[in-house]
Amino acid sequence: MAKELLKGNIAMAEAAIRAGLEGYFGYPITPQTELLEWMSERMPALGRAFLQAESEVAAINMLYGAACTGARVMTSSSSPGISLMMEGLSYIAGTEVPVVIIDVVRGGPGLGNIAPSQGDYNQIVHGGGHGDYHPIVLAPASVQEAIDLVVLAFDLAEKYRTIVFIMADGNIGQMMEPAELPPMRPIKTEYPDWAVRGAMGRERRILSSIYIDPKDEEVTNYRLMQVWNQIQANEIRYREYYLDDAEYVVIGFGTAGRIGLSAVRMARAEGIKVGLLRPITLSPFPVPQIERLIPRIKGILVVEMNAGQMLEDVLNIVKGRVPVEFYGRMGGMVPFPDEILSEIQRMVCEGIPLDGDPRQRWMKRLAPVIHWQN
Amino acid sequence: MPAKGWIEVNEKYCKGCELCVSECPQHVLALDMARLTPKGYHPVALIGDGCTGCGICAIMCPEAALTVFREVPQKVPA
Amino acid sequence: MDTTLSAQIVYQRPQSLTEATMHYCPGCTHGIAHRLIAEVMDELGIRERTIGVAPVGCSVFAYNYFDCDFVEAAHGRAPAMATGIKRLLPDRVVFTYQGDGDLASIGMGEIVHAAGRGENISVFFINNAIYGMTSGQMAPTTLPGQKTTSSPQGRDVETMGYPLRMAELLSNLDGAGYVVRRSLHDPKNIRMAKKAIRLAFETQLRGLGFSMVELLSTCSTNWGLSPLESLKWLEEHMIPYYPIGDFKVAEPLKELKV
Repeated sequence: MAKELLKGNIAMAEAAIRAGLEGYFGYPITPQTELLEWMSERMPALGRAFLQAESEVAAINMLYGAACTGARVMTSSSSPGISLMMEGLSYIAGTEVPVVIIDVVRGGPGLGNIAPSQGDYNQIVHGGGHGDYHPIVLAPASVQEAIDLVVLAFDLAEKYRTIVFIMADGNIGQMMEPAELPPMRPIKTEYPDWAVRGAMGRERRILSSIYIDPKDEEVTNYRLMQVWNQIQANEIRYREYYLDDAEYVVIGFGTAGRIGLSAVRMARAEGIKVGLLRPITLSPFPVPQIERLIPRIKGILVVEMNAGQMLEDVLNIVKGRVPVEFYGRMGGMVPFPDEILSEIQRMVCEGIPLDGDPRQRWMKRLAPVIHWQN
Repeated sequence: MPAKGWIEVNEKYCKGCELCVSECPQHVLALDMARLTPKGYHPVALIGDGCTGCGICAIMCPEAALTVFREVPQKVPA
Repeated sequence: MDTTLSAQIVYQRPQSLTEATMHYCPGCTHGIAHRLIAEVMDELGIRERTIGVAPVGCSVFAYNYFDCDFVEAAHGRAPAMATGIKRLLPDRVVFTYQGDGDLASIGMGEIVHAAGRGENISVFFINNAIYGMTSGQMAPTTLPGQKTTSSPQGRDVETMGYPLRMAELLSNLDGAGYVVRRSLHDPKNIRMAKKAIRLAFETQLRGLGFSMVELLSTCSTNWGLSPLESLKWLEEHMIPYYPIGDFKVAEPLKELKV
């Protein structure tokens, strides 16, 4: 299929449809609404289920029910809506049914704004819902990658009976890029042996997240952790750029990673040996890949569109062995490449202290940038 | 002649709540204070003649513990 | 021709119930509601294509008692979950079983919108005017003046508001095909309740939209009464506030003989 100019939200919606999506349930929220609108047109036309729910709470629970039938199902939302879905997510995780969720992250906390942000890293990578569970979280940095990851998301969700998030942001959702859509896959005709579809000629099935005896709940938690171990062993995805001879490494995902790449290229033009590691799976996090870099580099710059949520995970891997610096913009602000370039230049010229808190240092540097008066 | 009926009480289910006892039109049901079910309840029992097999006890039973029978005349070739 | 007597079964445990013993307190009318739903599933022959949605509350374990596929919802979300299943599997019979806290308090949004959409599901709503599982707190259906563990002086409508009449409320929505209230306190009313459950499933089977049977029920443990006293209390106190009646019956159902 040829490339066409596609808007991120619509590309992700159409990719899901072509991956064999049977049911979509959602609620309008900027900046993901075009995705829902696309579904409202296409899904009924294909004889598939589309429903605009009365709230994100209802949408996630409709998705939960639909997922119990073993069909490929999906919802999408943006940060405040994802917050509302956390109850349902925990139930879905506890019931071990596959779902795909697209989060087009916006500025927060609270009502915040509709600008691109990465402030949902913690709430989707590190939980949000109650109990121990780990979703797979995929972070695209382009429209094409968003398309490819949506298709992958369904396969991974079914393989591991888990939640798979696409963590995009307003940039990915709203921008138009040339991209190629996948061919249309047929709707599946066979459903898994746990699916609840009526006990026709077989024993009844129950899907539930209730394990009233703590012993059983512990066994369930152990099983979830075993699956998570498999996911960690098999499903880490990332892209690396100019890392072969890099002395400094920028780590950033999604839009921040993409802007980081522009900055890295500018720095390379100045002769700075810097590269980029862009995690595609935020969960599982590319721990071994970062681990392997540590012995041969002089410093790491973590770049995010939040106050350093992924930074914590990087620090946890590095454990003080190389200096780590952080640069983030918050609340819907997006860094320019030259902001990141000057961070790289400063790191190379002035060096970075091995001790101290990179977040505190960043806040001091950021204050004049955002005209903080105090 | 009124129909003759009887009930079987599944003691696995009966919890001795007496909802059936109170509604029995023939007043032939009572808890059997000499018996205990596996769960430790006194089960309901028929305490005399007069059951017509009307089934009202089963309509009241929250545990579906009762099976109700009735004798019906049937013509058979001589 | 001679006449002999042979034994005929007048009533036996419905096949759509599993062999499990129910966890409900002795005399709890949840058991009657379960039994009636199972009897109707038997009569309609729909057990193998029925999917139930259990709530959170005393009937959280309902899935243990019905011999059909079942899922367990989050508190109040059963109508949303049922919607998801029904939209994917429109030819299956989907029902929710919900108590008053689940349906009329935390799940108010989901039930109203399911009814408003005319979602083709059946809802069996157990109204016993109290929170059972958490041991006797005030419910949205607790009567004015009724004492509970969270309204120890009795429900004061000045500060705690008025009980909600869900059947009346939902019957006003155009998507509702069949919305009635019945009671489980005596044989006559239980028979009427069973007919209503049958009609609720018939509504769904005919694609006539949302159906709900509100069932007035007892909670002897948390009311502090014996099972028999509870039936009387229901009749004397609940029915005056929650009248038994048909609040919405779609035209095609009126001609149906069940």
